[in-house]
Amino acid sequence: MSEGAPATAVDELLRLDGIDVRLSGREILRDVRFAIRPGEFTGLIGPNGAGKTTILRVILGLQAPSSGTVILAGEPRGKSRRSRAGSLVGYVPQKLAIEPDMPLRVRDVVGLGIDGNRLGIPFPSRARRELVAGTLRAVGADGYADARVGELSGGEQQRVLIAHALISQPKLLLLDEPLANLDIRSAQGIVAVLAKLAREHQIAVLISAHDMNPLAPVMDRIVYVAAGRAAVGSADEVLRTDVLSTLYGQHVDVLHVHGRVVIVAGEDGVDPASLGPVTRQPDAVFGGGAA
Amino acid sequence: MFSGFMMNTWIAATIVAIIAGMVGFFAVLRGSTFAAHAIPNGAFAGAAGASLLGISTLTGLAVFSVAGALGIGALGRRTRHDVATALALVLMLGLGALFVSVSSQYAQETYSLLFGEVFGISPDELLPIAGLAVLSVAAIVVVFRPLMLSSAMPEVAEARGVSTQRIEITFLLIMALATSMTVPVVGALLMFSLMIGPAAAARSFTSRPGLAIALSVAFGLVTVWTGIAISYETNWPLGFFVGVLGAVFYLVGRAWAGARRTRTVRAGRVPAAVTA
Amino acid sequence: MSSVGHLFSYIAAPGLLSSGPVRIAALVGAVVAITSGTVGVFTVTRGQSFAGHSLADVATTGGSGAFLIGLNQFWGFLVFGVGAAAFLEIIGVQRRRGRDVATGVVLGAALGVAALFLYLGSVTTSTTGASFTVLFGSIFVIAPSTVPVLVASGVIAVIVVVVLSRVLLLSSLSPDIAAARGVPVRLVGATYLMALAVSVSLAAVAIGAVLSTALLIGPAATALRVARGPERAMATSAVIGVIATWLGIILAYDSYYWPPRGHGWPVSFFIVAFVAVFYLLTYLRRPSRRGRAQAAAGPSSPRGPRGPKGPAEQAGPGERACSAAS
Repeated sequence: MSEGAPATAVDELLRLDGIDVRLSGREILRDVRFAIRPGEFTGLIGPNGAGKTTILRVILGLQAPSSGTVILAGEPRGKSRRSRAGSLVGYVPQKLAIEPDMPLRVRDVVGLGIDGNRLGIPFPSRARRELVAGTLRAVGADGYADARVGELSGGEQQRVLIAHALISQPKLLLLDEPLANLDIRSAQGIVAVLAKLAREHQIAVLISAHDMNPLAPVMDRIVYVAAGRAAVGSADEVLRTDVLSTLYGQHVDVLHVHGRVVIVAGEDGVDPASLGPVTRQPDAVFGGGAA
Repeated sequence: MFSGFMMNTWIAATIVAIIAGMVGFFAVLRGSTFAAHAIPNGAFAGAAGASLLGISTLTGLAVFSVAGALGIGALGRRTRHDVATALALVLMLGLGALFVSVSSQYAQETYSLLFGEVFGISPDELLPIAGLAVLSVAAIVVVFRPLMLSSAMPEVAEARGVSTQRIEITFLLIMALATSMTVPVVGALLMFSLMIGPAAAARSFTSRPGLAIALSVAFGLVTVWTGIAISYETNWPLGFFVGVLGAVFYLVGRAWAGARRTRTVRAGRVPAAVTA
Repeated sequence: MSSVGHLFSYIAAPGLLSSGPVRIAALVGAVVAITSGTVGVFTVTRGQSFAGHSLADVATTGGSGAFLIGLNQFWGFLVFGVGAAAFLEIIGVQRRRGRDVATGVVLGAALGVAALFLYLGSVTTSTTGASFTVLFGSIFVIAPSTVPVLVASGVIAVIVVVVLSRVLLLSSLSPDIAAARGVPVRLVGATYLMALAVSVSLAAVAIGAVLSTALLIGPAATALRVARGPERAMATSAVIGVIATWLGIILAYDSYYWPPRGHGWPVSFFIVAFVAVFYLLTYLRRPSRRGRAQAAAGPSSPRGPRGPKGPAEQAGPGERACSAAS
């Protein structure tokens, strides 16, 4: 599967191939490869600092990889492709510098999603208003359209940001740790919204998280990132002790507790070298595209 | 250069540099840069008001400095980034402009209150300045240990029964005293440079408190002495030397600290990733 | 109509509207207020008040230098202001707060140099009063020949900011989103800093370099507390600035008749005072606005805990301007 096939299968939205990222002499990512198809819900899982945000930034063109290729909708990414990718890919970043005194209402933020990258002032038109209202409805945020964005709760802000990314009708939605600071109910709400979008509008979702459990019911595939490397596949293929131990370079146990997955560090003293290099594992798990 | 009236100048400037250096050390340690900007603004308004009312400038300075210090103390730490406080500071300067403008000598007065006038120190002003200095030093000596503790480790200080709130007010009052005597010499706009520049530079060279205070005072003395000497010949304003030399000392200190960090990294004592 | 005229003649001393300097002051003052108000909205929300304040201090040096070599002060403010903005941009100070000690000390050097320039200037030209006009403004003594330049600069700065408003907001919201959508974030920020430099220079002409921050952040912060939506905030800020400026001019003109006779109180004091008063007035309205917003939200959305995550200032919107004004 991984060798011989030409650059991209026709229906792949995104393909990362052999991505390395080195910053200030440190290796952040090594040989990361996976592909995403339209409408697929993919979880980008891994501990903090593993490189999830870096992967997202590489996809967005904000971080140039030291080697490897990014192919978006069949076109390899070069510098000039950035604005094109900008409407194909919607981005919901982890941190937003929302100051309480920003003169932005929810509908302003969402409106910026339409054309915030253009000069001048938007002409208030009925079509624009309805587009904003419709998008807010789709994410369940229409109740507070006129509230200041700085006054919202965490969950409300996430919905607004999703609406912002959604309104330019992307094919792929990238979310960086949207559930990190949310209580359980809000997190479930967000996951439900995203799952609905993926299902009903065929929008692919790539969502990074350090806890995969809220996503488990809706995830089609997992890209598990640890120590700069990635294991790709379905939950059953990836969330296994042998796979993750190789990835982490030390022994970890993957435990299933009442339908949830917990990963714990195993005993010390296991020589990482004895677990073998990543590439010895079946390609379907490490680095291949479609399973 | 060392004749009669110049002696007043040398003495006054020396006293001011010593106090500014000592108080500045703690100000930098505590991060009280906001107060170091704010209190002189109020002082300017007070001095201008005093001259308008015909009372001694020093009194006006002292009263408004203390009032400003207490005000900052009452508002607490959150004052730093408030539009309200920014506007209040500017309003103080505006008030000062008003007072100065409706009194008679307003051009010269504006200049000397904002940029300093060291040659105008008369003998009868020397005594109050010396008095304020003694008071400031006494206050610092008395609260030295709790001040150090609450500046370096506020939570630990609280746990050991030191009221950080009271220490903060005390320190602000000490700063107010220091401001009252520094502003006539170097001006309200340059007080920050004399108080913070040498002290920040000293911290780049050493972290031992005693040495840092000594260095801070030394840099301050070099600054004002150089300024007075050159000023005597050229008549250039002392504020110019305070501002420029303060910045020079600070930048030299930063360069030194940066070079020392690189040397430590090269020697392998500190992992490269740690140095920001 | 006559009651308005009556009211006007009550608060305004005779001859106000026919006085040449007053007319110029009103025109330039309005341009300054509109420019500072509009640009200031972004300064406050981007947390770059310290940049405005730094530019103002460097502008002081520029104005003093211009005075020294006999140029109109505005050019000094402008050249040094733009230069400082370029410098800030190069050393990468578009992020939120400058370091207090570093900027304070370096600005101290700028002020020291200003002191020198003012001294040398007063000696070589033997004019007094330059200190006062550079530091506290000269709106009543603007030469008619400079009016076109002032107005043009203001208009250009306002147009630039209005045209950039959306991309500025998007980059302030998230530089990453903006960059991913093809916005040249750094260029936009740098252009905005230039507009800021022009604003500061204009405000320095009107109310002095040392007080210029008041016109930059005061009306903007006030508008942010009462207006919703970026366009409304900019417009409100400009209007508040103009009202404060015109009221200040009226009272300053009146003050010629107040003690001490024939001298007049400085315009800049009045303008700053009105700016402060308007800001304080917004505190009276605050509780009702919050209540209205909550009622408007209705039962349809389950509201979680209020306030954003992170270092939230519960003091409410509109109050975050970083670092002291002076």
